Amino acid sequence: MGFTVKQPGMLALLQDAGRFGQHRIGLTTGGPLDKRAFDLCNALLENPVGTTAVELSFGGLELVATEDTFICVTGADAPLTIAGEEQPLYTVLPVRAGDTVHLGFSENGCRSYLGVADGFKVTESFGSTSTVVREGIGGLQGGKLEAGDTLHCSAISTRKQLQLPAQHRPVYSDELTVRVIPGYQLSHFPRYQQRRFFSLPYTVSTRSDRMGYRMEGPEISCDIQGILSEGICLGAIQVPADGQPIVLLNDRQTIGGYPKIGAALSLDLALLAQLRPGQQVHFTPISQHEAHNALHLAANNNVTALFEDLGT
Amino acid sequence: MRIHPAGENALIVYLGEAATPVVSAQVQALAEGLQQQLGADLIDVVPSYASLLVIYDPLTTDHMAVSRCIRAVVAQGTDTETGGGALIELPVYYHSEVGEDLESLAEAAQLSIDDVIGLHSGAEYRVYAIGFAPGFAYLGEVDERIAAPRLATPRQRVPRGAVAIADRQTAVYPAPSPGGWNLIGRCPIRMFDPDATPTMPVGVGDRVRFVPVTREEYLTLGGEL
Repeated sequence: MGFTVKQPGMLALLQDAGRFGQHRIGLTTGGPLDKRAFDLCNALLENPVGTTAVELSFGGLELVATEDTFICVTGADAPLTIAGEEQPLYTVLPVRAGDTVHLGFSENGCRSYLGVADGFKVTESFGSTSTVVREGIGGLQGGKLEAGDTLHCSAISTRKQLQLPAQHRPVYSDELTVRVIPGYQLSHFPRYQQRRFFSLPYTVSTRSDRMGYRMEGPEISCDIQGILSEGICLGAIQVPADGQPIVLLNDRQTIGGYPKIGAALSLDLALLAQLRPGQQVHFTPISQHEAHNALHLAANNNVTALFEDLGT
Repeated sequence: MRIHPAGENALIVYLGEAATPVVSAQVQALAEGLQQQLGADLIDVVPSYASLLVIYDPLTTDHMAVSRCIRAVVAQGTDTETGGGALIELPVYYHSEVGEDLESLAEAAQLSIDDVIGLHSGAEYRVYAIGFAPGFAYLGEVDERIAAPRLATPRQRVPRGAVAIADRQTAVYPAPSPGGWNLIGRCPIRMFDPDATPTMPVGVGDRVRFVPVTREEYLTLGGEL
């Protein structure tokens, strides 16, 4: 045993790093929307990269522990209590059997990651535990967490109580600039339309989910209506006939026939997925070279050196 | 061949402008060649009608190296057998009982129902792409006489096994889902079973032929009504 779900909140999903190498049979990747917050959660717990954690959208999760262990919550600002006592985020915290863990509704950002020492024990499907509800694959029977579900994990008696100091934590603002690698059908978007896309603001639509974030704003037109269906990568920005761009995320379909203007940088997708409907997005073009550099620099940023051990 | 950037760690390779068996075979050959050449640097590929999306590990390689590799594999050429992969026969119970659009499709095409069945089961199709949903195989191309546009209002729920036509494509629904294709029959074989090995009876590049079966045979093969 490990935890019993009392309240699952809006949308609680077990996620590991994602499901890769299965596009040929039509399976998407899934995985954490905010990869940085997910990675920090595992790093703080000293878990291997990609260890299974719970991704919670908009908060409202309540669990009861049935083992002694350690947890860590990262991502959106949301009030966390353990056995009724307020606790900090980005901190490894001890939990005793019988304790109630409650994560309230998020106030800033909307995706939280709740990890546990050594991870939740979930049987892999197609090489991954990531839950994709649309496909009914991963997690516990392919669905979101429900009240009464059991989350298995090991009893752990010692673990460093690491904390990421506040000044180093990701900041989720209500406005974001998303870097985009222009590509795919870019040449079918007239120059004027490209300029509009890369200079005018968009707002996040209420019809945004793990498949994609829909944008509302200036209509962008393309000189072709549709294309022969082709592969869609993470972050691809498709522009359907209504001219309103959709940034495709982790649960996107693997192929599609709408023209695409390019794809967003994954480092910015992590922040985009923390935006709520109504918040503002700007798009800015970067070259493949710049994207390559940005990814390498981010990978070499040794964040664990910043952790402080709070002791016991 | 054209190579375009797709994303931070992805390139899309266009091998032709239209879906033909030759282009489809080239897509297949490139996917296989890259798997051998790139090894662990290759994260995934998405073969489709006339393109291949190549997703690589941006921390171990880069778009320049991957482009070079794509060009080398394409330059090597392949004595592309357009015949394609394995031939898979799929039984279909064609009847308005399970194919709600069979009659209207025949009427619109000014054909008898038997003609529609004859044309659909008389051709050999190629698996051009798999996507939309796990195990959803896009097969082409149906005879232009039975090509039919998508429904104006998609159905909320199309049952598993539904055999359907949209334009010149045909498919078997792998799981219940909403759908706007014209339903003409039902296949008792599961197109996607996560617990089976292999999970799908077909792969991209394979050939498919539909074999008409009676209601009784359909039920014996495990079909549901």
